[in-house]
Amino acid sequence: MAHTIRTPGIVAGRLAEDVLAENFSDLHPPLDAHEAHVAADRCYFCHDAPCITACPTDIDIPLFIRQITTGTPLAAGKTILEQNILGGMCARVCPTETLCEEACVREMAEGKPVEIGRLQRFATDALMAHGPQPFSRAAATGKSVAVVGAGPAGLACAHRLAMHGHNVVIYEKRDKPGGLNEYGIASYKTVNGFAQAEVDWLLDIGGIDIRYGQALGHDVTLDQLSDAHDAVFLGIGKTGVNRLDGFDLDGIRPAVDFIADLRQTDDLSTLPVGRHVVVIGGGMTAVDAAVQSRLLGAESVTIVYRRAQSEMPASRYEQDLATSKGVTLVFNAQPVSANGAGAVESVTFEYTATNGSGLKGTGERFDLPADQVFLAIGQVLEDAPDALTRKGAALAADAGHRTSLANVWAGGDCSAEGEDLTVTAVAQGRDAAEAIHKSLMGEGGPANG
Amino acid sequence: MADLTTNFLGITTPNPFWLASAPPTDKEYNVRRAFEAGWGGVVWKTLGEEGPPIVNVNGPRYGAVWGADRRLLALNNIELITDRPLQTNLDEIARVKKDYPDRAIIVSLMVPCTEESWKAILPRVAETGADGIELNFGCPHGMSERGMGSAVGQVPEYIEMVTRWCKENYDKPVIVKLTPNITDIRYPARAAKAGGADAVSLINTVSSITSVDLDDFCPEPAIDGKGSHGGLCGPAVKPMALNMVAEIARDAETAGLPISGIGGVTTWRDAAEFMALGAGNVQVCTAAMTYGFKVVQEMISGLSDWMDQKGYESTDQFIGKAVPNVTDWQYLNLNFVTKARIDQESCIKCGRCYAACEDTSHQAIWMKEGRVFEVNDAECVACNLCINVCPVEDCITMERMEAGQTDPRTGRVVSDDYANWTMHPNNPAAQAAE
Repeated sequence: MAHTIRTPGIVAGRLAEDVLAENFSDLHPPLDAHEAHVAADRCYFCHDAPCITACPTDIDIPLFIRQITTGTPLAAGKTILEQNILGGMCARVCPTETLCEEACVREMAEGKPVEIGRLQRFATDALMAHGPQPFSRAAATGKSVAVVGAGPAGLACAHRLAMHGHNVVIYEKRDKPGGLNEYGIASYKTVNGFAQAEVDWLLDIGGIDIRYGQALGHDVTLDQLSDAHDAVFLGIGKTGVNRLDGFDLDGIRPAVDFIADLRQTDDLSTLPVGRHVVVIGGGMTAVDAAVQSRLLGAESVTIVYRRAQSEMPASRYEQDLATSKGVTLVFNAQPVSANGAGAVESVTFEYTATNGSGLKGTGERFDLPADQVFLAIGQVLEDAPDALTRKGAALAADAGHRTSLANVWAGGDCSAEGEDLTVTAVAQGRDAAEAIHKSLMGEGGPANG
Repeated sequence: MADLTTNFLGITTPNPFWLASAPPTDKEYNVRRAFEAGWGGVVWKTLGEEGPPIVNVNGPRYGAVWGADRRLLALNNIELITDRPLQTNLDEIARVKKDYPDRAIIVSLMVPCTEESWKAILPRVAETGADGIELNFGCPHGMSERGMGSAVGQVPEYIEMVTRWCKENYDKPVIVKLTPNITDIRYPARAAKAGGADAVSLINTVSSITSVDLDDFCPEPAIDGKGSHGGLCGPAVKPMALNMVAEIARDAETAGLPISGIGGVTTWRDAAEFMALGAGNVQVCTAAMTYGFKVVQEMISGLSDWMDQKGYESTDQFIGKAVPNVTDWQYLNLNFVTKARIDQESCIKCGRCYAACEDTSHQAIWMKEGRVFEVNDAECVACNLCINVCPVEDCITMERMEAGQTDPRTGRVVSDDYANWTMHPNNPAAQAAE
């Protein structure tokens, strides 16, 4: 091992390979059958269960858990996937602590919710291991739909459209499907190539053709798609990143790029990471980048968030995960400058306070040593057609996820509706598919306005 | 700490917790361990007549019913009486009794239904110095096919006859163990008393099939593709046992007949309930088979603490205390009007009360904005189902309406007069109050 955690600069191989392998193993190993039975047994089978309401995809959680307790995990898996075809990934990456598990009555009763996420993984793993998906295509409709983006929204939309008998062509700008499931989620949340395996499994329904290297606005235009297909769904995500003025020294880069490199590498020991890492931001991307920096062998990793802890978008659970891995959290501090000659050496921050008119610097400053800085201050829509109306910085859409153009629907992070979560993207993709289906089959107005 | 010393039929034991005649009491090794763990007495596993030893199946002999987290709710067994030589058992009984003079050893017996058979074995049991015998008229499987066990216990005349033989040929207490596999427990109990029994013990196991294997369509436990009914015991049978104990305790013909309570006793509370319904002590099997002999320590501390709290200095101060309160339905006070009340502070908003009431009962619970559940007194018949399905203890309670209030369901003013069915105007047989 050429390097250690104390080697200055940005270098690879700070940790031995076996340590790296251990660090990047499954964050929450799957429940075995006995554990699942014990965990499932805690569900009260609530009336009009709050967990269902809290789930963006409305999975019938009490039913699938009861199916686990009665020894029918395959049926449980089907209950989940009927509502959420990416239920396997959502079981791994959903912030359940702010969704179903936060709503669980046992969270209220005992502060220990039923482990819905892990039970969902148990059921979906069982079903996916068992064989082909339990869904099939309806009779062919002869209709064709373009889906732009093979991320969670696009895949969910495509699958549901395929079920209804439509032909789907997915236009994906990268050379792999999955979107943020493949490029944007911490490695230890989805190990062993699960993202690709799930996509392969999903595509088995048939009727979905994926074309790679097809960036909207570059390789293909909305007009071309509208001409070639009966309807278009945009699930293009937010692929642009916010930048900080003056933060352009070497060693400073968007956190999403670092996470994508991590996910795509075959050999973690070749992946460079700084000795002192500073992550600026407060969302899950910040936590994912910070934790993985530590796991790669960074000596010190600090997340600096400009607002108070109570306002941090990353859940308390994620924050606790970060601190448990040795990440330091600093709140109420905003970046002032990146310092260094050529490569970054430190970052200057200023403490903040909230007064009546918003966030203000207090004038008190501090420096953090940094040979690597990750910016995780939000992603933005890019390459969206100008013809579409915006709502804020994202695409406007109606309750049925139809955009300002009658033949174009949108969902997922590119849409202004809902939180930017995998599960929300799945719900919107699925629901847009239902709306498209109705529209194409003569219900709910014309497909081409 | 309350004194748990219990006198049952003149046999004094340091506590009322005896091990029932069953696998845990089959031999010296186990019984010594039981006494070291603190059990007050044992009923030695049933001895049969002299001769070739009993043969058991060589496949599984227990089946089970599980509850949450695989907690054992009931065991079912197809084991027969002891399969060890009679003299071996007798020698061991004598040795253990000598070493534990303060603990009870009762010898369970089951021999063919002839006087000679009983006359042959009783003197040999007497020689061991054991404190008494228990006649196994309850075992519902295997032995019953040979005219013993419950085959005797289901015929009151046989019970009386065999009991009499034993009383005539044995000087110490004779306990008759009853089978629940009958329609009315009072008849066998009366027969035992008529035969001179010093006490009855009940219940023996309930004939049962615990489950069916849905691959080979065989009842469990499966012996080479076939199954035979077994005898069920454990927490699941306790309610039936409590009722049968109470029936005997309050029957005019058997009132006062000492009872050893058996059937799903798992905690001190179960024991206290049996004793409150008239049992002079209790016998335990499944709890020990599930958790080992150490469970008796919880039973001892729990019962003792409860007695201290209640101010009871000895067990006979509460034995039978609930018997006067067991009555017939027709004597229940129909002017006792209660309504369910949901404590919003402890409610966890699961909605099970609502689902149960709305779907299967009286539509007397409202589900309001924000998952607030409230009782509609105009519909609540006080059935108790909401309390029964609520996961939180004491979240829902039954509150009695005070006299003078109007029950919004019936429109009637609540009276604090006692009035039962025998007095009710809808009862054609009602006796006029005037």
